[in-house]
Amino acid sequence: MLTIDRATYDGIVAHAKRDHPDEACGIVAGPEGSDRPERLVEMVNAAGSPTFYEFDSTELLDLYKQLWAADEEPVVVYHSHTATEAYPSRTDIGLASEPGAHYVLVSTREHGNNDGPVEFRSYRIIDGEVTEEEVVVVPELSTNQGVS
Amino acid sequence: MAIEVRIPTILRTYTGGEKAVSGDGDSLSALIDNLEASHPGIKERLLDNGDLRRFVNVYINDEDVRFIGGLGAELKDGDQVVVLPAVAGG
Repeated sequence: MLTIDRATYDGIVAHAKRDHPDEACGIVAGPEGSDRPERLVEMVNAAGSPTFYEFDSTELLDLYKQLWAADEEPVVVYHSHTATEAYPSRTDIGLASEPGAHYVLVSTREHGNNDGPVEFRSYRIIDGEVTEEEVVVVPELSTNQGVS
Repeated sequence: MAIEVRIPTILRTYTGGEKAVSGDGDSLSALIDNLEASHPGIKERLLDNGDLRRFVNVYINDEDVRFIGGLGAELKDGDQVVVLPAVAGG
């Protein structure tokens, strides 16, 4: 199950709508081992493509150095699909390399850059196996640290 | 000669869970062979047909090795190497 606060959820959706028809991508960082997505980091899609996304290699290193310095990890890795459903593609599955992360897929195929609902779904992708999980949107993450 | 190599989560099965290991070699290619000797299987995850995998990034002192000679990039004592899988998909 992914528990995410409303502001972060809305931030991911807004990013996906803004970058449509290209795929948007980013992470939500949180303290290592906490499973708390606390800090939204929008990344540039270096591929600038409606069918592919990739973090720029220099920005990727900068991001991870920040995370390491703060004892954080990517709790959520998100990207959008702009013409297809919010389900991991074969490429997404093949390249998924954060076994501890929630992989969030947003599909903007229905309303593009405009207002309107989007598909927002979350998965675990481990050793090529995809497991969808429930997404629970809360007003704010609980302050009760360490209890999941 | 010691070079610190930062290992990403997904490859820590080869390093007994260690986040960083020490290796040596005067080029990236030699370093990878040296790592393979202590952590069998890791080379296959970094290389494909003798070249760096397209979706594995390796940095020497913060420089993406693709811009500084790839597998031939030179290394010296004290250099810091980081391995990071690309965050990418379709």
